[in-house]
Amino acid sequence: MKKALSVMLAAAMAVSFAACGTGTTNPGTSNSTSQGSSAAATSIRVGGLGPLTGGAAIYGNAVKNGAQLAVDEINAKGGLQFELNFMDDENDVEKSMNAYNSLKDWGMQLLMGTTTTQPCIAVSAQASDDRMFVLTPSASAPEVVANETAYQVCFTDPNQGMASANYIADNNLATKVAVIHDSSDAYSSGVYAKFKEQAEARGLEIVADEAFTADNKTDFSVQVQKAKSANAELVFLPIYYSEADLILQEMNKQGYEATVFGCDGLDGLLTIPGADTSLFEGVMLLTPFAADAQDEMTQNFVTSYQEKFGEVPNQFAADAYDAMYILLAACEKAGVTADMDAATICDKVMEAMPQLTLDGLTGNGMKWEATGEVNKEPRAVKIVNGAYAAM
Amino acid sequence: MEFLSYVINGISLGGVYAIIALGYTMVYGIAKMLNFAHGDVIMVGSYLVYVAVTGAGMHPLLAVVLSMVACTLLGIVIERLAYKPLRGASSLSVLITAIGVSYLLQNLALLIWGSTPKSFSSVISLPTFHLAGGSLTIPGITVVTVAVSAVIMVGLVWFVNSTRTGQAMLAVSEDKGAAQLMGINVNTTIAITFAIGSALAAVAGVLLCTAYPSLQPTTGAMPGIKAFTAAVFGGIGSIPGAMVGGILLGIIEILSKAYISTQLADAIVFAVLIVVLLVRPTGLMGKKINEKV
Repeated sequence: MKKALSVMLAAAMAVSFAACGTGTTNPGTSNSTSQGSSAAATSIRVGGLGPLTGGAAIYGNAVKNGAQLAVDEINAKGGLQFELNFMDDENDVEKSMNAYNSLKDWGMQLLMGTTTTQPCIAVSAQASDDRMFVLTPSASAPEVVANETAYQVCFTDPNQGMASANYIADNNLATKVAVIHDSSDAYSSGVYAKFKEQAEARGLEIVADEAFTADNKTDFSVQVQKAKSANAELVFLPIYYSEADLILQEMNKQGYEATVFGCDGLDGLLTIPGADTSLFEGVMLLTPFAADAQDEMTQNFVTSYQEKFGEVPNQFAADAYDAMYILLAACEKAGVTADMDAATICDKVMEAMPQLTLDGLTGNGMKWEATGEVNKEPRAVKIVNGAYAAM
Repeated sequence: MEFLSYVINGISLGGVYAIIALGYTMVYGIAKMLNFAHGDVIMVGSYLVYVAVTGAGMHPLLAVVLSMVACTLLGIVIERLAYKPLRGASSLSVLITAIGVSYLLQNLALLIWGSTPKSFSSVISLPTFHLAGGSLTIPGITVVTVAVSAVIMVGLVWFVNSTRTGQAMLAVSEDKGAAQLMGINVNTTIAITFAIGSALAAVAGVLLCTAYPSLQPTTGAMPGIKAFTAAVFGGIGSIPGAMVGGILLGIIEILSKAYISTQLADAIVFAVLIVVLLVRPTGLMGKKINEKV
């Protein structure tokens, strides 16, 4: 999924570069806060941004639906009311900026978006200048939260490594750990570096620290053998699922039984055609959301999402659903009312964010750094009987 | 004990390199051209077996035979369309064409079968032997791979040295023009060489994917290049050399992964190749031919 997303982002970037040449400029509306219209407003106006059409449409539509579901629930409960206006940015930086400006003209007080990384980097930079609060459900690059008013629901890549080490230590899964990572891949190396650092801090002993590269990923006998000889109780795999499949088969061949733990890159193992899924039994992975997890919150969300939109929600829908509840909690905490202007809300919410602790679909105990990065107890799932089961 | 099991892993990997290298060296030895598409014919062969077994429910052995036939035809078609028109051209043009064919096959496979990796484990699975109280494991596929490579090696040596077609191949490899004057049909001989090489690719593909059961459109590319290295290492054109080179390369790769660095393994393998070629430019078992001017 990350690969597909990055390809699309690259394509979007290319398109936006091409568009630069046409001489269009964004209207400089940075200081024109048009809040006068919402004097009599009873609900807080939340803008949403994401690709509803084009190659990345699946993400934007999921975010829109997930957010709408949460808004309907929140409004039905009474108390603070939200009004969601979700606009299409086609995963294009320039269109996203234009849509952002339209949303401001509409009277947006909070921004839930954008969905994809590349537009989000641009929009959140502009939003920081405008003092507009931004909560992105799914843009995972560290560059996004480098902007002052931007906060994330999803983990940044390095944080997955940190969360994995913490999870293993907190749940006493193992003390001797082997790591096999892809040193030629940015995602894998990013997760690995942070994992190693955090594992040492948490007293986990890395007994085998192995790697492979894109050009040498057929034979894993040595890596597995080394982990086995070092008596590692757990093998951490911050890699994609196709190599993980080969490693699991090699472990089976060598008769090496250890817990296998991975990040969201392993999400996909169960979809490999022709795979012997019995080998995947007991594999644990940190994934922000699994639709077939058995906990009540996920089940309720999946049921009402399916009723309303006729499909199984993905991780993006869950991120957006959480995002709306995070905004609600932050507004309640900060005492935000619908008649405040965006800049005031932004200051109040930013003050409230680091004090929040929330349980959501995509993680328990969500907390935010003042920088905007999320810390949450990640959801770990375990493969049992060929399906994800919550742990 | 650990060293021994690394060596076994090395033979396991080397056996796969050897069987691919046999196909490379066969085509190079006779047609004097590097068929870079060999690795991709392997990939096509593996996909055919996968589809035949999982899609049509065919017996694996029957599927292998079917795949050999299909790859033989594919080899002949590739030779006819891409290489034959360039028979008189410089070897560089043929080399570039071979790279083109390689990418063509990879991208066709991407279109037909998609990029999702397919797991081969459900197609063929062989038992693993445990020795010395379980501390030493020999995968069944390793035994099969080494045995099959040895049989193919002996078979090829016999074929080339003792049959009329084999003798014709030797003649073509020495001098195409003179062979033609002696009444040998050069085009047919080269087509037969490609047919045999491609049939071997189908067998190699099945063994590769059984040993390392993940099948993608790029599956054949890297092992193909490694096997080519093995063929050069052993002395390109020499059939026993390909076998020896392949197994040695596998062992060197695994041992350098085990005792030096998993990330530097490739660098070490190719460094060894450079050293061997500096000392013995014709490879371990290559023949030294003095060309008269």
